[in-house]
Amino acid sequence: MSALPPYASPLQITWYYMFRVICGLIFFFLIFPILVILPLSFNAENFFTFTKEMLALDPAGYSFKHYQDFFTNPDWQQALTNSVLIAPVATILATGFGTLAAIGLSQSHVPYKSAIMAVLISPMIVPLIISAAGMYFFYSRIGLQGTYWGVVLAHAALGTPFVIITVTATLVGFDRSLVRASASLGANPVTTFFKVQMPLIIPGVVSGALFAFITSFDEVVVVLFLGSAGQKTLPWQMFTGLREQISPTILAVASLMVAISICLLTVLELLRRRSERLRGLSPG
Amino acid sequence: MKLKTVILAGTALAFAGSTAMAKDMTIVSWGGAYQASQKAAYADPYVAENPDINVIWDESSNEAVAKLRAMNEAGNITWDLVDVVASDAIRLCDEGLALEIDPDTDLADAPDGTKASEDFGDLLVSECFIPQIVYSTTFGYRSDVAEWNGKEPDDICDVFDLETFPGKRSLEKRPINNMEWALLCDGVPKEEVYNVLETEEGQDRAFKKLDSIKDNVVWWSAGAETPQLLADKEVVIGSTYNGRLFSLIEEQDQPVKMLWDAQVFDLDGWIIPAGLPEDRLAMVKDFVKYATDTQRLADQAKYISYGPARKSSAPLVGKHADLGIEMAPHMPTDPNNAKNTFLYNYEWWADYRDDIDAKFQAWLAQ
Amino acid sequence: MSDTHAGEVLTTQDGKPLKVALAKALRREKLRALALIAPLLIFVLLTFVAPIVDMLFRSVENGIVEETLPKTVVALQEWDPTSGTVPDEAVFVALYDDMAVAVEEKTHTRLGSRLNYEASGISSLFRKTGRGIKRMDEAGPFKEQFIDLDKDWGTVETWQVLKRFSPRYTPGYFLNAFDAQQTANGIELKPEDERIYMYLFGRTLFLSVAITVSCLLLGYPIAYLLSALPLRSSNLLMILVLLPFWTSLLVRTSAWKVLLQQQGVINDFLVWTGIISDAGRLVMINNQTGTIIAMTHILLPFMILPLYSVMKTISPSYVRAAKSLGANDWTAFWRVYFPQTIPGIGAGAVLVFILSIGYYITPELVGGTSGIFISNRIAYHISSSLNWGLGAALGTLLLVAVLVLFVVYDKIVGIDNVKLG
Repeated sequence: MSALPPYASPLQITWYYMFRVICGLIFFFLIFPILVILPLSFNAENFFTFTKEMLALDPAGYSFKHYQDFFTNPDWQQALTNSVLIAPVATILATGFGTLAAIGLSQSHVPYKSAIMAVLISPMIVPLIISAAGMYFFYSRIGLQGTYWGVVLAHAALGTPFVIITVTATLVGFDRSLVRASASLGANPVTTFFKVQMPLIIPGVVSGALFAFITSFDEVVVVLFLGSAGQKTLPWQMFTGLREQISPTILAVASLMVAISICLLTVLELLRRRSERLRGLSPG
Repeated sequence: MKLKTVILAGTALAFAGSTAMAKDMTIVSWGGAYQASQKAAYADPYVAENPDINVIWDESSNEAVAKLRAMNEAGNITWDLVDVVASDAIRLCDEGLALEIDPDTDLADAPDGTKASEDFGDLLVSECFIPQIVYSTTFGYRSDVAEWNGKEPDDICDVFDLETFPGKRSLEKRPINNMEWALLCDGVPKEEVYNVLETEEGQDRAFKKLDSIKDNVVWWSAGAETPQLLADKEVVIGSTYNGRLFSLIEEQDQPVKMLWDAQVFDLDGWIIPAGLPEDRLAMVKDFVKYATDTQRLADQAKYISYGPARKSSAPLVGKHADLGIEMAPHMPTDPNNAKNTFLYNYEWWADYRDDIDAKFQAWLAQ
Repeated sequence: MSDTHAGEVLTTQDGKPLKVALAKALRREKLRALALIAPLLIFVLLTFVAPIVDMLFRSVENGIVEETLPKTVVALQEWDPTSGTVPDEAVFVALYDDMAVAVEEKTHTRLGSRLNYEASGISSLFRKTGRGIKRMDEAGPFKEQFIDLDKDWGTVETWQVLKRFSPRYTPGYFLNAFDAQQTANGIELKPEDERIYMYLFGRTLFLSVAITVSCLLLGYPIAYLLSALPLRSSNLLMILVLLPFWTSLLVRTSAWKVLLQQQGVINDFLVWTGIISDAGRLVMINNQTGTIIAMTHILLPFMILPLYSVMKTISPSYVRAAKSLGANDWTAFWRVYFPQTIPGIGAGAVLVFILSIGYYITPELVGGTSGIFISNRIAYHISSSLNWGLGAALGTLLLVAVLVLFVVYDKIVGIDNVKLG
């Protein structure tokens, strides 16, 4: 879709602009629902829609009361605490296991590679309701249902495919001769790993970890089945809130979560650029 | 190392505030205003007398049956006392997940010495069930609907009358209550409802009646939905628990009125999970004896408009703790409200629930 | 590993045949790779695959009848369910013995609830029998006593159900999941007003197709625009795609709830502009429309990203060549450009379809009764009806559907080539 050539016919010109308008509308569809909750979360009333005062930009129509509710309501605070306790531990497990496995998978001779890959990726493909049902039945049998570690292990399992995919992607461009060079210069495999391989794959590891984190942080189906009230996370609290007592506090929480997403997205974008620059794949 | 720090920090956070010496007692309830009323009427005064007990609330009553079954499979019961509706209590008892109790030894006598089994009477619907309150599922309607030309519904069958009372209705997304109401309004006498509903023709008849309003129904699955829908004017009549409507009308001052006709009585109460270790069982039994005595049950009515399950509590029901209004007229059991009531048949539904539910869902999906 | 071409053998420095040394090195490398993979593989097998296998097992497991009524099950082997008569005294004696033990252990009502899934009324039959068994005359005869206690013991149907569900493993749950049942005359479809699962599977497929198609229609132009723009501006616009992708599912679902409800932003706007009247507010939520709109929004990035990565590799010179040969814009697009994007369409469509047929949260919140999926029914059986066997059977069917699609996806894209962002 480069610029219009000077000899374009009127039809082509119309189409050119129409196409841009259509794309604009689709972008609007993508982004508007997320943006609309930001102003609504400052609503001074307990409504889910714009009040007259808000449309008139009257400061009296806006307030921080839903945010205040979020930060003072023990239910929401407990949910936040639980999310913060579960997601990082699940991320560490997923990233640790996932990175090792991705390195293993990128070796040139791996027996049953595609079978192994299929098993490792499966948590991403199997519908969450089935994972949740299976885990619920199985974890009940072994006493992990309704426990902190039950939820952490389940979330870690759900996060690993993302780590494998991102780390494998960074290893695709990895030049194996660097390892041989390092070895021939007398470095042992461990030194080689930390001094040569690690710095190159670190962007993949970090973005995999971010995916694993957001998987756990946003996950609701599995925690709904596996958790007990002691593991009530933010998404769970939002889910009950949406299904039952609809309070605009949900919009305040949603806005904060959008802010978190923006931060994660920024970090990820910076990493991607760094990785491409390091590996010489893009002009920087 | 990192992992350890995180876990330590987590544990520290999770237990901050609770004293290390206290005995924890996990009580499962419904959350919201109902749980708050239990806390104010039972748990707070009990903890004041027994400072070594630390009550932890868990809002899982909704999925209590499934979670208790999972805990039982795992052999690790983490709950001490669970608030459930009577039908769930019967099911838990059937599945061996709830402890059978003896009302006369486990529950307190009435102040005049009447035995608990007599004081609760036929509300003891299961060997495991300790009744707390009588609530009803009934209708609320908006009193400001212009299309109704000043008329107001006063009969259950007005719910099915779209001509006089146009507008959307909200009904619960399950067959229980709806099937009974449909048959009542199709001319079945009250005492015949379950006999008719047992037959294929009777079920078809109920569905046919429901068909007449199907396009105008919003189906709810959580008790808070109807009040919300009424407040948002998304529906004009809706069924829900009477206490939810009370708070909508009296606390939130919405233009909504009660339609008590053919309200369906139901019970809510405690069960003690089966398989608790001795020390925890003793702790829970002590609490239950305290929390279901005559005065405590009457106290709960200060906070929420549900009728106490003991006969001896009824005269003690007083004023609302914050609003200062007399609570008795808001009880589903009040003679003015209970002119025409319907008692739902637990045993019958335990038998037919799965079958009729499948038909109901198939009907909904069509 | 002996080599017959003596004298030709290449050796390493320390005198071993090179072939042996290489094989050894290869084996070592394989082992090292496996050692790196092993921790995760074991972890995933234990925390994820084992639960799924357990679920498959639950969908056929039926040990409860034999465990609760062991003697009755043995005694019933003699009885012919097609005979049209109730079993004789011997079976009732066995039943009395079994029930006495079961009542002691309080397992009889549990069996009653299990069998009630198959035939309504058995739950109360067992409860009633449990209460009455203590009053029975131990000397017998038992047949009359049981029938006196509850006339259902005197009906052939009760015994047919008991006999049918005696084995340790049962196809009953799967039959149920196919809206079928076992009767005395073999396997039959259930009465029409009770068929629901096939209908729900059908609707799940239909809605997933609708969502996939709308994702494709909306995603294709965006992916095309992104691939055609210079890198700097496309990176910027890409953020508009990635932000929803990274935003919590619940945030987006709540946003749609806010937008679509009758007193919501869209209806308010339409009323304000006078397009619709206050009384004619549109119903866009708690039905299929709500599910399709919200899920299209949620899954759109999964369509755009694979399409984009394919389109980026298509050289613009093909289209230019077509045009210079006289093709008009449409022909050049349809005959030259579009066919090259088909792998991207395949990848995106299968991915979106796989993700959507298993969705639970969004249909639950915005689907009402007409916009729910089979997942919602699975969740219902797990947490409300407690018919775990049926829930597991439905889950297994859904899993099979997804795995078939997964194989298709693997053929089109290859699981090693999945890319994120």
